[in-house]
Amino acid sequence: MEKGNKGISIVVTSGKGGVGKTTTSANIGTGLAMQGYSVVVLDADIGLRNLDVVMGLENRIVYDIVDVVNKNCKLKQALIKDKRHEKLFLLPAAQTKDKTAVSTSQMVELVNELKEQYDYIIIDSPAGIEQGFQYSIAGADEAIIVTTPEVSAVRDADRVIGILEANEIYQPKLIINRIRQDMVKRGDMMTIDDILDILAVKLLGIVPDDENVVVSTNRGEPVVMDEKAISGRAYRNIVKRIIGEEVELLNLDEINQGRFSKMMKLFFGR
Amino acid sequence: MGILEIFSKRQEKSKDVAKERLKLVLVHDRADLSPRLLELIKNDIIDVISNYAEIDIPDIDIKMTKTTKEGDNRPVSALIANIPIKKIKNRDDL
Repeated sequence: MEKGNKGISIVVTSGKGGVGKTTTSANIGTGLAMQGYSVVVLDADIGLRNLDVVMGLENRIVYDIVDVVNKNCKLKQALIKDKRHEKLFLLPAAQTKDKTAVSTSQMVELVNELKEQYDYIIIDSPAGIEQGFQYSIAGADEAIIVTTPEVSAVRDADRVIGILEANEIYQPKLIINRIRQDMVKRGDMMTIDDILDILAVKLLGIVPDDENVVVSTNRGEPVVMDEKAISGRAYRNIVKRIIGEEVELLNLDEINQGRFSKMMKLFFGR
Repeated sequence: MGILEIFSKRQEKSKDVAKERLKLVLVHDRADLSPRLLELIKNDIIDVISNYAEIDIPDIDIKMTKTTKEGDNRPVSALIANIPIKKIKNRDDL
């Protein structure tokens, strides 16, 4: 994107907690930076700051989003530059208990200011649909919904889609996280089509359940940088779709054939 | 019943149960209408239509759903009523 053009703000949200919003935000932000875009990942989960640890930047925080909106510091001072990517920045959440520390209008103003200078603003929304969530979506042009193939997560996703529409954010895109193809095959987990059928939104991508995500989070290095990890590939595909490339969905059957099952196939022909 | 038979007797897949349950619960989530309000609407509709036709009351199906307007991607809520009509009343009775 050329300089002077306005950036795009995308909120990552889910309704239900624990489905992978923060991991998704970190990976999409990092992935976009890997593609050469300038990116700010904004942690809007005030009181429960986490994006910093997922990205491995927790030791560098001096100021946070509340300092910025209260004008205790300049925006640039609060932005933490990523260790690995020149054009990737984190705006950390505050750890205050007061979830109303940032107002909707302050958020809109902040995001607009960021959009002047960066290509993508990725907003990591808090769980729930209360005030914190409301202000996190306030500055967003687009929305990404994260869900897992479970009834509770899908139900909450539907609720959030409704609220986004009420706030004039239309056609959110869906990421289905933590798919376990072995369970899908047994008929014990809803398929991608089942979920799309219910939610009636466009699919942005699928991410298989992958222990590499835990390992990479332990190290504070988003898995999108891991060339070998299947979840890394999934996130790279998602990033490519965000920037407008057409990428086929991961073939989950192929993925499950690890070295072991390939060997079994060789010996037992199945 | 042999052991094989027990195992081969297919239960409904749990993912299908999940999908069905979700569909039902979302109908109510999506409508800001409570089931009670929907019941009131249903009764009023029955009253009105009954003036003109004999209807199959137990088979009436009224629900809230989401749809999109023509030529516009914006979603709108819609009240869908499926009312089986047994017989239109004779005009002379009206």
